[in-house]
Amino acid sequence: MPKLWQVTKLIRSKNAGPFELTFDVIFKDRASYERARDARVINADWFARTYRLAPEVVSIINYDAANAIKITIPRPIISGDINDTDVFGGQQHGPLVNVEVP
Amino acid sequence: MKEIRMLSATGILGSGFREASLQRGMSLSPDFIGADSGSTDPGPYYLGSGETLFSDSAYKRDLRLMLMAGRAAGIPVIIGSACTAGTDAQLERLVGIAREIAREEKLSFKLAAIRSEQDRSYLKRKLREGKVTALANAPVLDESVIDRSAHIVGMAGIEPFVEALENGADVVIAGRSSDTSIFSAMPMMRGLNPATVWHAAKILECGAACVVERKYPDCMFAIVRDDHFIVEPPNPDYRCDPASIASHNLYENATPYELVEPSGVLNTVAAQYDALSDRAVRVSGSTFKPAERYTIKLEGAELAGYQSIIIGSVRDPIILRQLDSWLAGLVAAARERIAAVFGAGIAEKYQFDVRVFGRNATMGPLEPETGIGHEVGLLFQITAATQDLATALIKSVSHIAVHYPVPEWTGLITSIAYPYSPAEISRGASYRFNMNHVVEPASALEMFRIEYEKV
Repeated sequence: MPKLWQVTKLIRSKNAGPFELTFDVIFKDRASYERARDARVINADWFARTYRLAPEVVSIINYDAANAIKITIPRPIISGDINDTDVFGGQQHGPLVNVEVP
Repeated sequence: MKEIRMLSATGILGSGFREASLQRGMSLSPDFIGADSGSTDPGPYYLGSGETLFSDSAYKRDLRLMLMAGRAAGIPVIIGSACTAGTDAQLERLVGIAREIAREEKLSFKLAAIRSEQDRSYLKRKLREGKVTALANAPVLDESVIDRSAHIVGMAGIEPFVEALENGADVVIAGRSSDTSIFSAMPMMRGLNPATVWHAAKILECGAACVVERKYPDCMFAIVRDDHFIVEPPNPDYRCDPASIASHNLYENATPYELVEPSGVLNTVAAQYDALSDRAVRVSGSTFKPAERYTIKLEGAELAGYQSIIIGSVRDPIILRQLDSWLAGLVAAARERIAAVFGAGIAEKYQFDVRVFGRNATMGPLEPETGIGHEVGLLFQITAATQDLATALIKSVSHIAVHYPVPEWTGLITSIAYPYSPAEISRGASYRFNMNHVVEPASALEMFRIEYEKV
């Protein structure tokens, strides 16, 4: 089975404002996107387990127009606060990169 | 056919664009040139302290080219969120740069400055009247939060821009404003379909961010008509395709389907993206739902404390195999030393944190991996009410830390590599974003003051 990075053109994380974090998984083509989307590889339970969150706070949106899956979560620490680790939120996507997809 | 041609100089003023791209954009007869100058991305420091993300020289370079092009063509130049956070002082700084450019280049124009900083007593009244609403994941907002904020700004919609343009402003420089309002104001004045306008503005506000491969910051151009807009990069090395334009809705947005503005919500569920050529895209089909209540988003930042830090690293496998217990012992020993020097009451007056690079320094509580490699980086961080106190306390940490023992080694060890002398770094003030709320003003202009001057 291929890894997610092999079938995508971009996997990134970023602030959606200082209080939320958002992840974009943009696939290379329609077929790979639909396989991953329909197999629900990226689902709220899996994401919550991986990122150590409650599944209720994980929002997952399929975005057909760009062959993309978007995940949004509340930031565990407000951007730039005393113990924040990533002010732009740009390096939170690592655990997604090597996920196996159909 | 009714249309507005808009030229976006760059995604954020000060980050730059190619002069040739601006010239090429100007040759396409734009009705105005716009650029956003702000962001909350780099964190709360800029709103809290009033410092700017880029240097005055960088702002001046970009603004000079925009003003010269705008005056030569007789079209408005519109800038939003002046100098990062859009406080009054940051607005004045950018207005001052515009005056300098006018003097140096012998330009004259009517300038409108839109102030976005908020009055505390006004906000407290709105809070009491129940006209302040929390957005997702918002911290608690009460009067004490308003009092201790260093600065509070409101994010302007199109209305102050429209007011300034209708009063004949050639150059509009605004404090904090929504990125899209900069580009929506003029097409909305001309009565174009709000859905098309807001969608086009969302694509243009980041400059060349919507191209297939953005190698450097640059300009973007769009023609907005009633039922569609066409976007095409003026730089011949760049191209847009339907996927790159559709993907841009994902960027720093919680959902690609909705964009919330003071006056309503853009919905892109039914949007169509069609290639017009190998570098131009036609977009149509979005809808806009006017809001029942007109609201302005607030941003505030307060002082979180002053910090001093130490950067170091550990390579000894004996220490690394017991890293957690060694660090716990080190922190306890440092706290004990601090109490011995400054008295027992000091414990309440500082916060001591350790970051371990090579373990979870990037993801913190979200990190699923637990292992470490052959070395780790360490960052010791003291936060206190004054810089003097933070600096004094960190000096007690550095000596304890650098010689903190492990049971396996007998004799004095030096357990941390410090790359710098002195090891301690004073980081200055640290701020905290303290609100994620919207206010319901009595009118769209109530929270913003427009000042005009002949430059």
